Amino acid sequence: MNEYKKVLLDPIFNNNPIALQILGICSALAVTTKLETSMVMIMAVIFVAAFSNASVSIVRNYMPSSIRLIGEMTIIASMVIIADQFIQAFAYDVSKQLSVFVSLIITNCIILGRTEAFALKNPPLISFIDGVGNALGYGLILLVVGFFRELFGSGKLFGINILTPVTEGGWYVPNGIMLLAPSAFILIGLFIWVLRTWKPEQVEEA
Amino acid sequence: MSKPKDSVSRTLMIALGVCLVCSLLVSTAAVTLSSRTKENMRLDKIKNILRAGDLMGEKIDVAKTYEEKVEPVLIDLNSGNIMPQDQYTEDLNPETFNVKKIAQDPKYSKDIPSGEDPAQLGRRPQYNVAYLVKDGDALQKVILPVYGKGLWSTLYGFLALNGDLKTVSGITFYEHKETPGLGGEVDNPRWQGLWKGKKALTENGDIKIQVLKGAVEPSNPNANSQIDGLSGATITTRGVDLFVKYWLGDQGFGPFLDKLREGDAQ
Repeated sequence: MNEYKKVLLDPIFNNNPIALQILGICSALAVTTKLETSMVMIMAVIFVAAFSNASVSIVRNYMPSSIRLIGEMTIIASMVIIADQFIQAFAYDVSKQLSVFVSLIITNCIILGRTEAFALKNPPLISFIDGVGNALGYGLILLVVGFFRELFGSGKLFGINILTPVTEGGWYVPNGIMLLAPSAFILIGLFIWVLRTWKPEQVEEA
Repeated sequence: MSKPKDSVSRTLMIALGVCLVCSLLVSTAAVTLSSRTKENMRLDKIKNILRAGDLMGEKIDVAKTYEEKVEPVLIDLNSGNIMPQDQYTEDLNPETFNVKKIAQDPKYSKDIPSGEDPAQLGRRPQYNVAYLVKDGDALQKVILPVYGKGLWSTLYGFLALNGDLKTVSGITFYEHKETPGLGGEVDNPRWQGLWKGKKALTENGDIKIQVLKGAVEPSNPNANSQIDGLSGATITTRGVDLFVKYWLGDQGFGPFLDKLREGDAQ
């Protein structure tokens, strides 16, 4: 049981895919202007990571090495299309805002990285949990970044006014750079700094 | 299994198996969810019609408001006449009308000669829908579907005019693939708000509306017909300018608007 817990929780702080493995940065910049889009993106990534990890693990002993990568990509792509279909059916407005970024989960390095590094060597159940864990680690960063970007960029959280902006009769002048991609870089940088101060063993040797 | 893992026949079999299972999963999801997705797309289109016509509120039943207030009609763009309901066919019915399909169908559309196609539509459909909002017999709004090329994609949207057939009531887009943050700002409510109250047409139907490159100079005598261009989106903005003019003009809804102005669009 302990092993499952470790696989699930380790990627959140100790081995975070974005902060330590530096994977999946691109989509972390794109979808975090609002918490709502971040949340939907996180759920999509959890679904895709967990099920592609499990599926790859199921076929791992039969997969010929010559088509290993393309086979994994086929599985991942199918999972992404299914996730995209679900979002379009149940959260159409959000799917319009996320536009291409859901389909771009295919190219999210975390997914292929985990199938290659973990699912190929481990049984299905624990691979599934590894997928969930890594997606949660990715999600943690998305939530933190989305929280600050929406709060300071539009004065809102989940679309509800917290700092009422001037345009709606309040006092807060929204910080425009928060809505642009570079701010996510800065926030992720700050997050890594805080994390490595708390856990100095993650600091790489210069 | 006696064959080695990497033999050609086994590789082919595994590839086939993986593809089969994956395609089965994907198609099952697509088929079971498609009715929901279609309904979502229909509602989204209706929402955009209502928003263009300034009929959208915070907590309204979108489908019900649309049914109560909006009357879709089918227009013969050549004559400007409204098609009588008894002549509706499978393709030509305002409820199911699909302008993408009609514009590809040689029965209902023609190629536009390249010199006369500033909005790069390629083909001109002979029919299109329009949405009327009436208060009793008085016409309150006309909501016209518009589309044309931006930078990467064709933008589909609605332009609404007030009952005077001169003033813009609103503009919205329900489908495009322009760059988020640049051309995608056509979705920005603040930019769309700039259109409200602008004079698009003169008394006798000449087109005055213009989307500029850059900002409108308030001292310009035509300022009440001009709209700021989107910064960083020159080509998208020019596209919007050209196709809005096209659809308001003689090749678009011009004849229909003339008929409405004279009061005999039947």
